[in-house]
Amino acid sequence: MDPVLIAHVREANSFTLDFYLAHGGYEALKTALAKKPDEIVEMVKASGLRGRGGAGFPTGMKWQFVDKKIEPRYIVCNADESEPGTFKDHLLMERNPHLLVEGCAIGCYAIGAKVAYIYIRGEFYHVQGILERAIDEAYAKGFLGRNILGSGFDCDVYVHRGAGAYEAGEETALLESLEGKRAQPRNKPPFPAVAGLYGKPSAVNNVETLCNVPVIVSKGVEWYTSVGPEKNGGPKLYCVSGHVRNPGVFEASMSVTLRELIDGYAGGVREGRTLKAVIPGGSSVPILLPDQLDIQASFDAVQKAGSLLGSAAIVVLDDTTCMVWLAQNLLHFYRHESCGKCTPCREGTDWLHKILQRIERGDGEMRDLDLLTGISNNIAGKTLCAFGDAAVTPVLTTLKHFRHEYEAHIREKRCTLPADWRARQHVGAH
Amino acid sequence: MSFHPKMAYDATFHKSARQLEDEGPAFVYTAENRARFEEIVKRYPPERRRSAVLPALYLAQYQQGYITANAIRHVAELLGITRADVEDVVSYYTMFYTKPVGTYVINVCRTLSCAINGAERVTEEICAKLGVRPGETDASGTFTVLEVECLGACDRAPVVMVNDAWHENLQPEAAAKMIDEVRERGEAALSGCHHVVERRRG
Repeated sequence: MDPVLIAHVREANSFTLDFYLAHGGYEALKTALAKKPDEIVEMVKASGLRGRGGAGFPTGMKWQFVDKKIEPRYIVCNADESEPGTFKDHLLMERNPHLLVEGCAIGCYAIGAKVAYIYIRGEFYHVQGILERAIDEAYAKGFLGRNILGSGFDCDVYVHRGAGAYEAGEETALLESLEGKRAQPRNKPPFPAVAGLYGKPSAVNNVETLCNVPVIVSKGVEWYTSVGPEKNGGPKLYCVSGHVRNPGVFEASMSVTLRELIDGYAGGVREGRTLKAVIPGGSSVPILLPDQLDIQASFDAVQKAGSLLGSAAIVVLDDTTCMVWLAQNLLHFYRHESCGKCTPCREGTDWLHKILQRIERGDGEMRDLDLLTGISNNIAGKTLCAFGDAAVTPVLTTLKHFRHEYEAHIREKRCTLPADWRARQHVGAH
Repeated sequence: MSFHPKMAYDATFHKSARQLEDEGPAFVYTAENRARFEEIVKRYPPERRRSAVLPALYLAQYQQGYITANAIRHVAELLGITRADVEDVVSYYTMFYTKPVGTYVINVCRTLSCAINGAERVTEEICAKLGVRPGETDASGTFTVLEVECLGACDRAPVVMVNDAWHENLQPEAAAKMIDEVRERGEAALSGCHHVVERRRG
């Protein structure tokens, strides 16, 4: 398929309103305002659009669940893109910010909200500037504000900057953060559709998800469902990074295979190296091996293969990667980012990291492997949000597929695969 | 939390642990920042002023370089919440500093995609150049080096963020030179995000 979401991102000034209007921008908003809000929700439902943030939950359902009896209601855009390996929303907001603004406006219209907040991670300071400029341009041309395009519909969009917390990407933690508190998750139910921002009905949607909405409205449900496999329709952005020649964001239908993405779009692994493993959906999902890559990169197919598409962050690892080191690197991340609310996660991630560090250093014992499994099983499923399950995945998946590497570290009392890209000496937390 | 300047590196602090901030000098917003604060607060419902705590703290940090107890008190008063409410937020988010930092805070991304492309070596080179360990500020007070988690630009690995600006594709061999150039030319020496990179090229 031809790219839709990032078709023009390589062109100069793609982030300006003039450029966007010259390429059919805000036509979807006009079309949407001529319909009833419920019709838009029905369209999104019929399109089968699934949330692009990681969970793949149908967006139309999410919007339908929003309680229409309570005022006010909110659209909250999750732009806290922090899953290791993910950088698609970054590109969308940098190069095509008006698509997100238009998606926010249509979303607000559909669920009867008057305000949308875009919660952007604190590190994307430069992106915040681009977004705010786009929003100002949209106000000036009457695509936001009072009585939009003479329809009587009012909508304000604001950018809210986070301050460095992976956990703010969890939807209820994001709402807490937006309310001016620590980004820690809430117990669910109630879900945000019933009691979200300020206790009011809210739809929390990922950037790429909202960017798909104008596409559905302008190209129609029929076109949308014809792209990609059944129940996995529409254009999808894939982030390919790691040991590949040509890392980047690629747009394709979900019929594309993981191997095409890695060997075709991203140019394959570098000269003289061989593919060792692939993480197909961000650091929180199980690893796939080189012989498992001839599958569609769709939510359903990747799940069937024993992993998850998640945020479509494909991290490619070649034969220089020590899998114990990898688990240690990722658990350092999870230990650091655990919000501290649930004890199993707060304490467990710290212990997992300590044990992995010990094994990687050459001080591990065979019984540590059972300890790793035991601690992991006492975190997974025992926390308020999915962070706990995500945090133990790198440990369990590397133990499952690369147990021999752990055993070699313990037997030989050293890292058996020290690559030249690693630190020369063990300093600090490494 | 171990990367935070106020904490001993590699100590097992968790970010849910609390530490009281320095009193610091007397603090009120400058007239300009106060005006910006009043603008920002309008984005939220009047009874939800607390929502503005993160932007309000950013304003304080940009004004003074770091967050002190006096700054916390000022923000709390303006938002109509308690000092503890604000402290709760300051101690949680990694982008707020509660001790003075260097003119340039160098945040090296240390997570997977950057790490497998040489980020550990980048940190080593920068630290060797400045004679510091991660988490410390150099003797001249110009640079603070921090290791941070995934910055979300994994296709441009290794990535570093200097204050709020970015430098992408920083090879370990080029790290020491980047320090010299930043010392000389400030943030103008950085590549910027690829949005800016390609606009400059084009």
